[in-house]
Amino acid sequence: MKEKIEALRTEIEAAMEQMQTGRALYELKVRFQTALKGIMSGMKDLAKEDRPAFGKIVNEFKQGMEEQFEARALVVRKMEMEEKYAKERIDITMPGKAYKAGALHPITLVKNELIDIFAGMGFKVFEGPEIETDYYNFTALNTPKDHPARDMQDTFYLAENLLLRTQTSAGQIRVMEKETPPIKILSPGRVFRSDDDATHSPMFHQMEGLVVDKGITLCDLQGMLAEFAKKMFTASTKVRLRPSYFPFTEPSVEVDLSCSECGGKGCRLCKGTGWIEVLGAGMVNRRVLENCNVDPDEYTGFAFGMGIERIAMLKYGINNIKTLFENDTRFLEQFEN
Amino acid sequence: MKAPFSWLKDYVDIDMTAQELAEKLFSCGFEVEELSYLGEKISRVVVGEVKSLTPHPDSDHMQICVVDCGEEYGRELQIVTGAPNVYVGMKTPCALDGSTVVESNPAVLEKNPDAVKKIKKGKLRGVESFGMLCSGEELGINDDFYPGAEVNGLLDLDKDTPVGEDIKKIVGLDDWIFDISITANRPDCQCIVGIAREVAAVIQKPFKEPDYSYMESKTNAKSIDVEVHAPDLCPRYVGHYVENVQGGVSPAWMRKRLALSGIRSISPIVDITNFVLLEMGQPMHAFDAEDLGDRKIVVRRAEKGEKIVTLDEKEFTLNSDNLVICDGKKPVALAGIMGGLNSGIKDTTKNVFFESAKFARDNVRKTSRALGQSSDSSSRFEKGVDAYTNGFGMARALHLIEELNCGTVTDMRRDICAANLTPRQMTASVAKINALLGIVVPNEEIINILTRLNFKPVLDGDTLMVEIPGYRDDIDGYPDLAEEIIRMYGYEHITPTFLDKAQVTGGGLTDEQKRELHLKNLLRTQGFSEAYNYSFYSPKDFDLMKLPQDAVERNAVKILNPISEELSLMRTFLAPSMLGNAVRNIRRGNDEGRQFEVANTYAPKNTAASEQPEENKHLVLGIWGGKNDFFDMKGAIERIAEVFHVAFTYERAEKSYLHPGVSANVLMDGKAVGCFGELDPEISNTLGLDKKVYLGELDLSALKAVMDDNVRYKNLPRFPAVKRDLALIADEALTCGQIEEVLLHSCKYVTEAKLFDVYRGGQVPEGKKSMAFTLTFTPDNQTEKAFTPETLDNFVKKILGNLKFKLGIELR
Repeated sequence: MKEKIEALRTEIEAAMEQMQTGRALYELKVRFQTALKGIMSGMKDLAKEDRPAFGKIVNEFKQGMEEQFEARALVVRKMEMEEKYAKERIDITMPGKAYKAGALHPITLVKNELIDIFAGMGFKVFEGPEIETDYYNFTALNTPKDHPARDMQDTFYLAENLLLRTQTSAGQIRVMEKETPPIKILSPGRVFRSDDDATHSPMFHQMEGLVVDKGITLCDLQGMLAEFAKKMFTASTKVRLRPSYFPFTEPSVEVDLSCSECGGKGCRLCKGTGWIEVLGAGMVNRRVLENCNVDPDEYTGFAFGMGIERIAMLKYGINNIKTLFENDTRFLEQFEN
Repeated sequence: MKAPFSWLKDYVDIDMTAQELAEKLFSCGFEVEELSYLGEKISRVVVGEVKSLTPHPDSDHMQICVVDCGEEYGRELQIVTGAPNVYVGMKTPCALDGSTVVESNPAVLEKNPDAVKKIKKGKLRGVESFGMLCSGEELGINDDFYPGAEVNGLLDLDKDTPVGEDIKKIVGLDDWIFDISITANRPDCQCIVGIAREVAAVIQKPFKEPDYSYMESKTNAKSIDVEVHAPDLCPRYVGHYVENVQGGVSPAWMRKRLALSGIRSISPIVDITNFVLLEMGQPMHAFDAEDLGDRKIVVRRAEKGEKIVTLDEKEFTLNSDNLVICDGKKPVALAGIMGGLNSGIKDTTKNVFFESAKFARDNVRKTSRALGQSSDSSSRFEKGVDAYTNGFGMARALHLIEELNCGTVTDMRRDICAANLTPRQMTASVAKINALLGIVVPNEEIINILTRLNFKPVLDGDTLMVEIPGYRDDIDGYPDLAEEIIRMYGYEHITPTFLDKAQVTGGGLTDEQKRELHLKNLLRTQGFSEAYNYSFYSPKDFDLMKLPQDAVERNAVKILNPISEELSLMRTFLAPSMLGNAVRNIRRGNDEGRQFEVANTYAPKNTAASEQPEENKHLVLGIWGGKNDFFDMKGAIERIAEVFHVAFTYERAEKSYLHPGVSANVLMDGKAVGCFGELDPEISNTLGLDKKVYLGELDLSALKAVMDDNVRYKNLPRFPAVKRDLALIADEALTCGQIEEVLLHSCKYVTEAKLFDVYRGGQVPEGKKSMAFTLTFTPDNQTEKAFTPETLDNFVKKILGNLKFKLGIELR
């Protein structure tokens, strides 16, 4: 019997070394188990007193072999995996695959960002009509018919009294007529001026902001614009006010931001001044408040208006406004985010 | 507004550089757009004296000069010149070695009008020359800068000109021109005196008034009477009679001043009117008094059809919107715009009637635009001239008549004034001014600033009393004073605060605005990029799109004054713009693309043209190139329906610009809300496109009431959905939509019926097609147990029965 066991051990151990796959190893194990069964069936021919000793030998043999099978199985599995890894190895420098989404237009991106900044400060978004009456676009904004400030803007007329709005400020009046202070609105949208050259587009976008409440000051305007500048550009962006004129604000200011390109040292973008003109603003003119039945002795306010294209061009380094309206996919797709 | 530095210095002692002054002006609201140095092109050119002349041995027109340029530059410089007018003892500009002068070669100037010529020592036909003697042209000046500058030859300088002196100082080129941007509220600063007043205030120096003094002599001339019949358009008319007018030439100082402003000297009288316009901002006119019929001036509205020929010999036919100056019989000037040819001053003019008036700015502008006639005067009047300055302008002109000794100022003075010339008084609360600014400006600063600005302030407790200067029509209320104070006090004093006193408000987008953004993002994730097109297009676009003459799209709002025909109509639909984008991209080699635009269309109301048109928001989609087809476009529209919970149905469309077999209308509740499809191949041919273009357009305004992107959670079914494929044999004429309709409505558990194959030929009979669908059966919440194969068989049996009964469809 012992010889049989040893013979089986030698045979299986030798075969096991050759096994390269889990499948073959499994088949060998089945062969071993069958042979062992055969050996064990010979036990009945043994003397009764020899049987326990023999049983012990067989058990040890079985246990030992099973351990070997397990050990070999580990080795085989590793070999198999390595082969699989090798076979499935790819050239990881080949290009990746992605589903390409489209991109929102930079005007929308900037508009959204502005809305985010100001909505957080309590501004509601109001969109007025693009075709306006002379009253809302000019007269109510303290720019009557004979006013020279009308010359500042080349207006497209549709009828004697009807025009394409030249400024989103027109929305101010519509809001103030309907609502009572406190008012904080943001009015983005298309505006139109009869100006078409290298640096002007006959259609562009503005974002108007208006705050009317008790005790609003020029310092508040400065503070709000400082916050805007920090969020829109960088934390170190500085704001500079300088006197200007708009019929619907008094005092009126031109607002410069420290140049985002050079940080104020002076470069080509800011023409060496360190400052970039970004928007116009001021304290709402008393006559404008009166036109909307808001008591100018009780309430004050400020308004600011900026060109969205201008901000987009500064932010993204776009040097030609016309590019924004050509809708070349190679341009648009750069703004995917 | 262009102001020479030298001229400003006449009225203020300016003790700073031009650059420093530009910064000061900037800080108080006067942006210097350009600060240019007149002598920029001239360097190392000094006064030289010709000491001796020898003929050039190898030239019959050149001479060798020895020139004395002073101790610093050389007492004996040898310079060769070809100028015929050179002589010993001549003082003339001498460009030294390494100098620059203005280029005078027309061939070079044609390429670069600002060219500069560099002068180096060299040999001229073998003789060394250490520089060049210059003409006036080479210094870029004319006779008005320096008499004789236009002579063909060297500039012959005065005998007492010091040698070695920088020539720019001698000929008036050592000067700066401030090009200042004047805001519309400050017409008073459209002149040298106005700017000088601001300069004085900002640099805190006294302002020296121009000399307004003159003596009147008694005249025996017959009176010229002035009547103003339209005081609303002419609030003040000042006239003055000047006798014995002399011709001749204005003095050098005046000619130079005019030259610095780009105006040629003509005659003393004309020069004075131009000078007063520049200096005082008051347009003047001079009539030849002998031409005034009936010795009368009548300011009135023109009669309809009345005619005038202006000084530039153009004839205009007038109407009652135009203001004219007439004599007793006929118009002699177009008020504020230009004088008449019949009454202008001539070489023979002996007596002049001077006019200094205020004409309403809107009327001058209107007439100027309507007639297409303008002048320096009209552009000045359009900005606003104040009645206060009328008198000072006249006084200044009369003073200059005396100073130039070119006429006798008489005692015949006319002043018809409807305007109130009494200075306006105003009181304001200092507390309110400070409250508007948000800071406290010290009282003494307020008084100091307003005094400098000539407001004669008096402070009594909180009450500030001021007298508004006659030239400051723009001052209207306390905020104007606040602005005057802060622009002088300095905006750097404004410190940021954050709405300390205001109430908290809720901000953000409305639901509708949020949905628009959601829609844009939905399209973006499907590969569409966002486009922005102009809101206007061309009437030609209608023809390109093959729109019939009675198409609603042709009823567009027209711009009365468009930039061009191409940009003259407000969009009634967006498809032409999107087609334009596709064409532009394809032509640029962007072979494949997807774009969308969300924008307003404008529909005129059928009522009055003055009514605001309806603005409807549209969405336009464009797909071109690649493997895209009709169903890519349809898929995008179906996604919109899904996300915004809108039920769309589709029917075949008939749109002039879409392929009739490959286009569909989008309907909601049976009403068309849009359409999409392949661009009509004929249009594609016209445009020479080699890629297919698909266009889609939806009226978002029509959808806004039903669009809903709120998410409502539904409990998950307890049992999984099961799919079954069915291959059906259907008549060729049946559409997928018809079959789907039956599939979806024959069993309540069918939640989706998706076509995955269409097959013709083989075992499929002629005139039929095989269509394979995947049906999804989804148990609902009432379902007690998972669907068994037997249950599904029953469902399918019922569906097939319906298909056969309703559409004659058999299972394949």
